[in-house]
Amino acid sequence: MDRRGFLKSGIALGAMAGAMMAPQFAFAAGETIKVGILHSLSGTMAISETTLKDVMLMLIEQQNAKGGLLGKKLEAVVVDPASNWPLFAEKARGLLASDKCAAVFGCWTSVSRKSVLPVFEELNGLLFYPVQYEGEESSKNVFYTGAAPNQQAIPAVDYLMNNGVKRWVLAGTDYVYPRTTNKILEAYLKLKGVAQDDIMINYTPFGHSDWQGIVGDIKKFGGAGKKTAVVSTINGDANVPFYKELGNQGIKATDIPVVAFSVGEEELAGLDTKPLVGHLAAWNYFESIKTPANDAFIKEWHKFTKNDKRTTNDPMEAHYIGFNMWVAAVTKAGTTDSEAVQDAIIGVTVPNLTGGYAAMMPNHHITKPVFIGEIQANGQLDVVWQTTGLVAGKEWSDYLPGSKDLIADWRKPLHCGNFNVVTNKCGGA
Amino acid sequence: MNTLKRLLFAATFLLLSLSASYAQDAGALVDALAQGSFAERGAAIANLVGSGSPAAVPVLQALSDGNLYVRMADNKVFIVRDDGDNFKLLDPTTGADAGGADKGGFDKIKVNNALREQISNAKGGLTLLSGDAKTRKDALLNILKSGDASALPALEKAIGTEKDPAILALMKSAAAAATLKSDRPESEKLAAIETLGKISDRDTVSLLSAYADTVDGVLKAHAQDAADRIATSLSSWAVVQNIWYGLSLASVLLLAAIGLAITFGVMGVINMAHGEMVMLGAYTTYVTQLLFKAYVPSLAGYSLIAAIPAAFAVSGLMGIAIERGIIRFLYGRPLETLLATWGVSLILQQGVRSIFGPTNKDVTTPSWMSGSIDLNGGLSLTMNRIAILIFACVVFAALMVLMKRSSIGLQMRAVTQNRPMANAMGIRSSRVDALTFGLGSGIAGLAGVALSQIDNVSPNLGQNYIIDSFLVVVFGGVGNLWGTLAGALTLGIANKFLEPFAGAVLAKIFILIAVILFIQKKPRGLFALKGRWVDA
Repeated sequence: MDRRGFLKSGIALGAMAGAMMAPQFAFAAGETIKVGILHSLSGTMAISETTLKDVMLMLIEQQNAKGGLLGKKLEAVVVDPASNWPLFAEKARGLLASDKCAAVFGCWTSVSRKSVLPVFEELNGLLFYPVQYEGEESSKNVFYTGAAPNQQAIPAVDYLMNNGVKRWVLAGTDYVYPRTTNKILEAYLKLKGVAQDDIMINYTPFGHSDWQGIVGDIKKFGGAGKKTAVVSTINGDANVPFYKELGNQGIKATDIPVVAFSVGEEELAGLDTKPLVGHLAAWNYFESIKTPANDAFIKEWHKFTKNDKRTTNDPMEAHYIGFNMWVAAVTKAGTTDSEAVQDAIIGVTVPNLTGGYAAMMPNHHITKPVFIGEIQANGQLDVVWQTTGLVAGKEWSDYLPGSKDLIADWRKPLHCGNFNVVTNKCGGA
Repeated sequence: MNTLKRLLFAATFLLLSLSASYAQDAGALVDALAQGSFAERGAAIANLVGSGSPAAVPVLQALSDGNLYVRMADNKVFIVRDDGDNFKLLDPTTGADAGGADKGGFDKIKVNNALREQISNAKGGLTLLSGDAKTRKDALLNILKSGDASALPALEKAIGTEKDPAILALMKSAAAAATLKSDRPESEKLAAIETLGKISDRDTVSLLSAYADTVDGVLKAHAQDAADRIATSLSSWAVVQNIWYGLSLASVLLLAAIGLAITFGVMGVINMAHGEMVMLGAYTTYVTQLLFKAYVPSLAGYSLIAAIPAAFAVSGLMGIAIERGIIRFLYGRPLETLLATWGVSLILQQGVRSIFGPTNKDVTTPSWMSGSIDLNGGLSLTMNRIAILIFACVVFAALMVLMKRSSIGLQMRAVTQNRPMANAMGIRSSRVDALTFGLGSGIAGLAGVALSQIDNVSPNLGQNYIIDSFLVVVFGGVGNLWGTLAGALTLGIANKFLEPFAGAVLAKIFILIAVILFIQKKPRGLFALKGRWVDA
C-alpha cells in the first residue's frame, strides 16, 4: 500500500467513525429514518461482510441524494458484531430496541442469522438477509434476498449433469449450510439415478489449509473412467489453499471441474486465477454481466469507494435489491411500521442488476435468474449458462423428507412460515 | 502451343483466385466463431481446423486464452492485446497489426470447458509436427488423456519422423490411446491395450476403465484387467504418498511452532500473538512482492527470497517491541501475559485489517515453485511443498547452530536455565530476553513467508496456526527444539494417515484427544528436559 492509499484508508476510517457517531446528533432532530447495518467489521467474517457494510452506506447515500424516504433523511446505524454469534443477537437487540431502526440489513453466516432470529421475532423488526443459504426456514420478520438451494445448487448440478458428469464429490466446510445443502444434493442426485458409489462426501473444518490428501483423494476418485465434478460448499478462507492445491496438483477444469457456491469475485481477488480457468461458480449475479444497470452500479461503487479495482459480487446485488424493495414497500405503505411494511412488501417488484426483475414472494424469498460462470484468467467469471426465466426461491426443499410437505405463505389469512399441506396445520411436520 | 499457353494461363488464374479465396475463406471461418451458441461455436472450430488454414493455431490459442474479440459494429473478429484503456488489434488470419481501438466496441468471444477441451485436442493434432519439443510433448499428453481417434493418422505420420526417443515413446502411447477409440481391427486394439498397460499413471487407469465400459468380450476383459493391474501398482504407492503428505504438513507445523518453541518453550512466555507474527511475515512477503513489481519487475520471481530477511526483521523487531513494551513487566505472571498478548494479537489483526483491508492478498507463486513432479505416476510431489520442506529443514538447522554454537545462543540458554546465576556471570539478562523473544518472533515471520505460498494472506492467517503450534510444542516437550521437531513429525504424519479413514474433522479431534491422553501420562511431553530450572 502506498502512502496515498494509507491516507485514504485513514480518511475512510474517519468517515466511518463519523457515520457511527452521526445518529446521536440526528436523534435530537428526530427527522430521520434509521437503517441498521449488522455486518462484522472485525474477526473471521470481516473479509466478506465489510464490503456489504460499504455497499449499504452507498445505497443510503444515493437514496438521500434522491430526497430520502417519505420526505425524511435515511440514516445508517453501523454496528460491529465482530464475527461473534451471540454478539450478533446483542447488537440486533440494540438496533431494534434502543436505536429503533426501521429495518436492518445484515448477517452472513447461517449461524449468525439463527442467532438474531428470536430477537427480530420478539421485537417485530425487519431483517434483510443477503446471502445464499440452505433454506429450511421462513420467518415473518426476515426477507431472504440471497439464493435458496433451488436457485443455486440444484441448477448447478443440472448444468453439470447435462455436460456428462457421472461421479460427484460433495466437498464442504463442516457447518450447517454445507451439511444441509449436501443433504439436499445427495437426495437429488439419487433421485436422478446416481449410485451411492459415485458420490463422495467430504467435510473439512473452518479455515482448513492442508488440502494435499483430500485433493489427492479427489484425483483418485475422478480416475475411475467416469466424468467427475466437485460441488464445493467450502466456505471462506479455506478456499484459497484448496484452489492453490488443485492448481499445483495439475487438476484442470477440463479434467475435474469444481463448481463453487461460495466463491465469487471477492474471494478470487486473493488468488492467481491462471491455473483455475474454467472452474465454475453458480450465482445470481456476476460483475462481468453487461447491462446498463450493472455498469452504472459498478461505476457508482468505484466512485464511492474511491478505488476502481474494488469488485462487486452477488450478496451486494442482494442488498441492492433488498434495499430497493424496502424503499418501495415503505413508499407503498406510507409508513415504516413493521406490520405495514411486511404486508406491503409481498409482491413488490424491483429491477435487478442483470437486466431482469426481482419480486418478493409470499414466502419472503425473491425471484432470481441463475447463472453459471467460468473463472477467467483476470479473476472475473464469464457466464456460460443461465436459466431462461426467473426462478422463485423455495424455502422448504422438495428433496428432504421432513420438509417436502411444507410451504410458507405470509399473506393473510394463511400467515404461516411452515404450513403442512398434508395435515393442513401451521407448525411444521 | 496456343492452347497450352491458354491452359497455363487458366491454371495460374485458378491458382491465384484459389489462394485469394482461401484467405477470404479463412477470414469467414474465423468470423463464424463469434456467432451463435456454444454448440455452434464448436462446429465453427471444427470447420476452421478442418480447413487446414495456417491461421487456425494462433486463432484457437487466442480463443482459449480469452484474447479473441468481435467488433460489434461489423461482426469482424480480431486477436487483441490489452493496451491499457485500448485494444491493440491483430488480424486473425495474417497476424498483421490492425491498429488500436477503444475497448467499448468489442465483445469477448467466450468459451466453456467443452470448447476448451475441443480446442486443446484440435491444437494437439495441429502441433504434432511443431519444431518445438515442448509443444509436441504437450500435444501428445493431450491426446493421451483424451484418446482422440481423429488424431491417429497425424500421429502415425509423426511417428515416422520423430527423432527424440522420449517423445517417440510418448507418441506410441498416444497412438495406442487414439487406436482404442478408432475403427481399427481388434488385434490392433489389443496391442494398444498392451502398450497402455505399461504406463503407470492415474490418467491411463481412467482411460482404460472408461474404455472397458464401452466395449464387450475380449477387449473389455483385457482393458479392465490392464486398468486393475495399474490401479493395484498405484495403490501400493499410497503409503509413500501419505508419508509425503505427512512430512509436508509436519514441515509447515514445524515452521509455525519452532518460534513458539523458543518464546514459550525456552522462555516460558505464553505468547498468544505468535500467530500474528506469522501473519506479519506473510504481509511482509506481500509488500516485498509489490515493491519488486513496482521497481524491478524483471526480478519479481525472486521477491520471495528477498522477503525472507525482510519478514525476519519485521516480525523480529515487532517481537522485541512487544517484549520491551509489555511482556517484561509480566514475567512470572502467566495468566496476565496470556491476556495481554491476546490483546496484542487482536490489535495487530485489526491494525493490518485497517491498513491492507479485510480481503485476501494475492502473493503470486513464482514459476519455479508451481506445478508438481510425478514420480512413477503414483506419487506426485508439489513443488511448493518441496520448497517449504527444504526451507523448514534449513531454518531448523540454522537455529540449532545458533543456539548451540554462538555466544548469544549460549547466553540465551544460560538465562533460561538459571537467571540469577547468569546475571552473576555478567550476562545482561534483560537484553537477552528481548533478543530471544525477537528471535522467536523473527522465525515466526519466516513461517509467514512459507505460508503465504499455501494459505491465505489475510488478517486471520495467524489464528489458524496458533493452536496447532501450541499442540506441537507441548507434545514435543517444552524447552526442547528436538522435541518440537519430533512433535511436528508425529502430529503431521499421524494426521495424514488418519485423514483418509476418519475425514479431516475427526482426524483433528482424534489427534487432540491423543495428545491430551499423552500429556496425562507424560506431562512434560516427548522429550522432557531434566534439571533444577524446569519448575522455576
